[in-house]
Amino acid sequence: MTGQAEAPTGLRHAEEVMGTVFSFDVRGGEPEAVRAALREAVAGLHRVDEVFSTYRADSEVSRLARGELTVAQCDPQVAEVLALGAEAERMSDGWFSLRYQGRLDPTGVVKGWAAERAARLVAAAGASGVSVNGGGDVQVLGSPGADRPWRVGVSDPLRPGGLAAVVSAAGAPELAVATSGTAERGDHIVDPRTGRAAVTDLVSVTVVAPRLVWADCWATAAFAMGAREGLAWLESLPGVEALLITAGDEVRCTGGLGARLG
Amino acid sequence: MRKSHPVRRAVLAGAATVSGIVLLLSLKPAADPAAASAAGTAPRAPSAGQESPQGGSGALPGGTTTVTGDAAPTQYGDVQVRLTVSGGKVVKAEAVRAPKGGLSDQKTAMAVPRLNQEAVAAQSADIDAVSGATYTSGGYRTSLQSALDQAGG
Repeated sequence: MTGQAEAPTGLRHAEEVMGTVFSFDVRGGEPEAVRAALREAVAGLHRVDEVFSTYRADSEVSRLARGELTVAQCDPQVAEVLALGAEAERMSDGWFSLRYQGRLDPTGVVKGWAAERAARLVAAAGASGVSVNGGGDVQVLGSPGADRPWRVGVSDPLRPGGLAAVVSAAGAPELAVATSGTAERGDHIVDPRTGRAAVTDLVSVTVVAPRLVWADCWATAAFAMGAREGLAWLESLPGVEALLITAGDEVRCTGGLGARLG
Repeated sequence: MRKSHPVRRAVLAGAATVSGIVLLLSLKPAADPAAASAAGTAPRAPSAGQESPQGGSGALPGGTTTVTGDAAPTQYGDVQVRLTVSGGKVVKAEAVRAPKGGLSDQKTAMAVPRLNQEAVAAQSADIDAVSGATYTSGGYRTSLQSALDQAGG
């Protein structure tokens, strides 16, 4: 993957990490400072992968799951992620879970959390607009230009290459768009009542919220809940809007989503 | 519709548009002779390193060309798409291959007309990023996000 520097006001980079690709689109700021922050953010993603990967037997999370380490002996990021995951479990009544097949597996919270953190790190270096797409889950901060908001397409799972909607961040200093769907890697979406893979009538759930770490968790939980319960639950969360696509090719939205579409 | 801005200019600019859409749909000039003649002078997808500078006067020569994609597997079966490019813009997208039989036929009947509209909509939708179910590193290469990344800011 290569970074492409172009006009001094814009910087793009795509980084292969965590089994997917993170795409950065950074506008404004002092170029050297922004470039340095981007390098730091990318290094941070690789560090997160090393610590949290459940595919690496020697990662801290794998050793923690085997009881070889305590949380206190791990990188402080582990405690932070576990606390966020525990909060997501409480808020979703267990539909979001930090465990998979009985084993500690914080994968469901790590990617969104890491992408949001990377975006904030680059924005803190002075960029006026930052978009980070962590394998399909997007955090935008600021705006790409003075007269234009960030615009995020929502892919249509039943029509490859098509869009089901376009979400505009107009008026929002920060916005996240996260999607859970049947094409998602791994099988981390579990019905807490059965302990088995969730049976759902949905093909995708897209959640729009200020912070990606939560948007990502809520999309996962609502996907497992199914259309009826998922939509009602998402509607009850303050500051959260959503678009659900059912296996029957119907689109369901929360009441306030329309104001975000553009 | 909206004011021109860097991304949209880049996405709409000739070579970048074609390479973006080509990457998006895994398109390449059709291999069989009949389709190949229809493909005419359709450009091959350039690698990232050969990407033409964005925002330039990259409009294709006025002629109309078509490119036919590789068949892409979907949950309902293989879909193959042909794009018609005129003046540097995608003016038509049509499925030349779509799932047959049973429920798939019903899906195809609805999906193909939508696909025709949406494939055009995606390249003119003025977007900066795409949210969807998590892609693998391999899946990224044929994703719309990849096309946006290649098109540059």
